[in-house]
Parts: sequence; C-alpha cells; structure tokens
Amino acid sequence: MLQFLTRRLILLLPVLVGIVFVTFVIVRAIPGDPCKAMLGEKASAAACSSFRERYGLNDNYLVQFGRYLFNMAQGDLGTSIRFSRPVSELVAERLPLTIELTIFSMLFSTIAGIFLGVISALRRNTIIDTLTMLLANIGVSMPVFWLGLMMAYLFAIVFKGTPFSLPPSGRLTSGMSLATLADLWHIDSPSALQNFFLIFFSNSLIVNTVLTGDWAALWDGLRHLILPSIAVGTIPMSIIARMTRSSLLEVLGLDYIRTARAKGLAAAKVITRHAMRNAMIPIVTIIGIETGALLSGAVLTETVFALPGVGTMLVSSILARDYPVVQGFTLLIALIFILVNLLVDLSYAYLDPRIRLD
Amino acid sequence: MSTISSTPDALPKKKTYQRTSPLREGFRRLLRHRSAQVGMTILGFMIVIALLAPVIAPYDPYIRQMDVQRRATPCIHFLGCPADQSEHIMGIDGNSRDLFSRILYGSRLSLQIGVVTITFAIIIGGLIGAVAAYVGGWVDNILMRCMDVLMAFPSLLLAIAIVSVLGTGLINALLAIGIVSIPVYARLVRSTVLSVRELEYVQASRALGGSGFHVLINRILPNALTPLIVQGTLGIAGAILDAAALSFLSLGAEPPTPEWGLMLGEERNSVFNAPHLVFFPGLAIMLTVLAFNLLGDGLRDAFDPRLRGN
Repeated sequence: MLQFLTRRLILLLPVLVGIVFVTFVIVRAIPGDPCKAMLGEKASAAACSSFRERYGLNDNYLVQFGRYLFNMAQGDLGTSIRFSRPVSELVAERLPLTIELTIFSMLFSTIAGIFLGVISALRRNTIIDTLTMLLANIGVSMPVFWLGLMMAYLFAIVFKGTPFSLPPSGRLTSGMSLATLADLWHIDSPSALQNFFLIFFSNSLIVNTVLTGDWAALWDGLRHLILPSIAVGTIPMSIIARMTRSSLLEVLGLDYIRTARAKGLAAAKVITRHAMRNAMIPIVTIIGIETGALLSGAVLTETVFALPGVGTMLVSSILARDYPVVQGFTLLIALIFILVNLLVDLSYAYLDPRIRLD
Repeated sequence: MSTISSTPDALPKKKTYQRTSPLREGFRRLLRHRSAQVGMTILGFMIVIALLAPVIAPYDPYIRQMDVQRRATPCIHFLGCPADQSEHIMGIDGNSRDLFSRILYGSRLSLQIGVVTITFAIIIGGLIGAVAAYVGGWVDNILMRCMDVLMAFPSLLLAIAIVSVLGTGLINALLAIGIVSIPVYARLVRSTVLSVRELEYVQASRALGGSGFHVLINRILPNALTPLIVQGTLGIAGAILDAAALSFLSLGAEPPTPEWGLMLGEERNSVFNAPHLVFFPGLAIMLTVLAFNLLGDGLRDAFDPRLRGN
C-alpha cells in the first residue's frame, strides 16, 4: 500500500508543476493593466510604475515564475492587489465555506444517489425504475444556477410562513456573525501559520460554533446551507444513481451472488455484504470525478446564494484583474481536485486488492 | 392414369436472411430505444422551432412592447386573460420584450453552440490523440501530460479562466468550452488507435503499401467513430450547460442576445417578483440538454456493445 501511495505521489509531481505553470501563464495573459484596474483609468505613469515595482510586475516572466515557485514553497501565495492582504489569508477566509458546501453536497449526492440507484436496480424494469431514471436524467440536465434560483423562490416565497421555509441567500441571518477566535482567545500576535488556522477556523461554521458553543448560529448556518447543497449536489446525485444502478445490476448477475443466495443468505445481506462491495468500485470513481463538478457547481451556486466562498472570490478577482488572487485560488481548486482523485485511487486499492498488486 | 406433372411441386421457399450491416442493426436498436425516442422527439421539436423561429415567434425578440408593463406575468387568452390585453404566453422581460419570442430565438443559438464547440473539440482532440498514439514515444508523453494538466482543472473553472484571458463574449466563451473539452476526445481517440494499431488487418494494409496517413485515416480511425459520436452527443449537452453558465456569470453572450443563460442571469435578481423570467429560460435549457443526454444514452446502447449494460 505504501509503495502504491509513493508511486501515485511521484506521478503527481509533473501534473502539479504543469498546473502551476498553466495558472501562471493564464494569469499573465489576462489582458488589461492591473495598475489601471486598481488605481483607475486616470492613474499617472509615476503611480503606475511604483505600483508595478511594488508587486514585482516589472521583472520578466521567468523571474516572476521563479519567485512565485520559491515563495509558494514557503506558503506565500503573494499579496492581493485589491485588498492589500496576503492571498493565504483570503484563502483561509473563503475556503471553509466552500469546503462545507462541497462536503454537504457530496453527502447529499452520495446518499441520495446510491439510494436511488439501489432501488432502481432492485426494482428493475418497473415503474419505480423508470421514474427514478427519468429523475436522474432530468437532474443531470438541469443548470445548477436555475435549480438554485427556483428552489430559493420555492422555499423562501411559496413556503413562507410554513415549517419548510428556508433562507434564500447569505451565510447567516443578518445580525448574526461568527466569533473571531483570535479575539476570543486573546491571541495578540500570532505567527503566520497560527494566523492562517485562526482565520480558517473562525470562518468554519461547524468548528467555530462547536468551539464557542454558539448553537443558534450553527443551526442558522446549517439551514442556510441546505438549499445550496441540494443545488450543487443534484447533478452528481443523478450520475451516482445511474452508475449505482448499472454497476449493481452487473454484479447481481454474477455467479457468486447466486451462490450467496443459494446458501440461504438474507436478501439484504446479499446486497450489502456481497454485491455492494464490488459494485462500489465504479461508484467511488464517479464520486471522485464528480468532485470537479461539485467545485464548478460551487462557483455558480455561491453566486446565486450570495455566499462568500472561493467561487465568488475567484469570479470577482478575474473581473478586477487581481493577479495574485486569481492565481492562488485557481491553484487551490486544482489542488483540491487532484487530492480528491488521489483519495479515490487509494480507496480503489482498499476496495479491490488486485489493484494494489498491479 | 395419373399425370405426372412435369414440374415438381414448388419446394418450400428457401428462407432468405437479409444481410444486415452493424450500422443498420444499430439504427434499428436506436429507433426502439425508449430514451432515445424521447430524446429524438424533443430534439426534433427543438430543431423545428429553431428553423421556424421567425415564423412562429409572435413578436420581434429585440423590440420593446409599448403596451405592456415590464416583467408582466404571462397573459394567455385561452386561460382567462382579458381579451383587450395583448397575448404574451411566457410574459414580458425586464426590457419589455416578449419572453416567448426570445426563448424561440434562443433555441437557434443553443443548438449551434453545442454542435460548434464539440465539433471543434473532436477535431482538435482527435488529431492530438491520433498523433500521440500513432507516433508514440516522447511525442505521446508530452501531448498526454498536457491533456492531464487540462483535465486537472474542473472544466467550468478552466473555461472561466480562459474567458478571462480571451475577454468576455460569446465567441470566446465557445472557444474556452471547446478547449476544455479537448482532452476527453484526445484520450478516446488515442486509446482506440492504440488498441487496433497492431491488429492483423492494419498490418495487412501497411504491407500492401498503405501510407501512414492512409492507414490512420481509412483503417484505424473508423473504429473511433462510434465512441466519438456517443461521447460527442453527451458532450453537446455539457457544452450547452457550460455556455449557459458562462453567460449567466456575464462572461459569455452579451445583451441583447436572446441567449437562455444570459436571459436567466439578467433576471436573477427579480426571481422573487417575476419567477417566470427565470423559470422559462431554465426550462428551455433543461429540455435541450435532456434531449442530447437521452439521445447520447440511446446511441451508446445501440452502437457501442462494449458499453452496453445488461
């Protein structure tokens, strides 16, 4: 297993360098002068030149790339031109929400998807199967932002005043806020790493509210996450449902399942212990691949539900030509994506011993 | 005396088997495939709408209607809307234009967007894949690692990044979606070429003096056609969704183009007062994407036995 992991990690290296390079090139190729974008169209030449000097934009690209790699190795992603704050701080601020959104939508899509898929496979060629698969097909064809807006309308306007009413936007009801852990714990001058984690956990709904015991904020925050999570998770849910169905149907036709049934094992046990374990391999792959869709969906959904996450930051930074932020956040998303795929590979090796020996 | 007929009784007619080609067999399966039937019906309907948009549309999609309120709800005479009001079956948008007419015209754009981007991706991706597999060695390695890097980004995010480089606008958005779709087809063609390159019939063709190009185009690539058509049909669905998303984020089509994603994006803040302005464009996107998805599933089941489930 360790050997397998090492090999995978080594294979990742060229892709990682490639990603850094692509991000770097894309960001430099964005047309328009960041100085004009930041200081306004009428910025004087002198102001611009000192601006470019300050952010190292005067050096040639090779020097900039080298400096970028060197700084990144030390955890320094540069400084945002727009906010005059380290990009790593912005990451710590924005990432928790997107992670929470991704986790909740992944939970939703996996649970609902596997459930629908199993039902559909067990009731094959019945009306239940047809309806479930129709639902899956519709789910995979819906624009995420449309689903989000329509749900917001349904739950905030149509269901207003009923127990089903849910908030259509924002992270917390206005007036509520998450505590700043640094203030709470009277940490005056934290180190850079401490600072990162302090900001990260201050902005992480679950960790923060559990640490401070603010149950009202936890409940409120979770309610705000329901609609976005469903919106983001619907496409992956549909794909997981279809994959579960076909994978389970294939396994159910195999001899060892007949053997398990013949020896008198309860039907439920045949499914859970024997069939699902083998059927899970393609399902896990799909879950990994869909993380990309989740991250893309998160960008759109954060826009629809006005959530301060990675996606809204990325889009607004592109429009403001905030190089370092675009660079840092694109890199971050690609990294998460790669890590999830690595986890998927590892879980294969866990589920199917043959792969480990390969 | 019985007469002996000079001709023997006609033998039972020999049963003839019609020669069926795999292609014809595939089409037969496609026409009987239920989700393909639904997909083709919706798609046929969309194509008719797109072609006849100027005939069907009751109003000009760009012109403001003077006699109505902005964001007015749908007015259908048949359902009890007073006859003295003009009929707008999907209501009026924020610029006082007839939404139904704009949706009809939007179908032209969405169908083109899907087909154009994926054709682009298939041609470029197919070329990369074929060259990588056929030449092999370091060329293969470099090309495929480039594809890996492209695939390391979630596709919509990469498309957003590319649009930010090229500048916003529909053409650039399409180019971006085309570029991010390339790796799928490159991998597909590469794996097909690799799997048939060493087969006897390819070697035979080579032994007969076929040039590398001839062997690649006429002997190897036809094998990739089926998976390309299947993947391409599903890809069109994805491309339409991504294009709508870019327009929604105001990185794609620009006003006053009747593009469904843009129409939805423009009215997203009025979803609580005028939900119909968000509902109908989204429904149109969903139906079109659904049609391509269903057709793609049907094509896969009908033509690609390897991928067919039980």
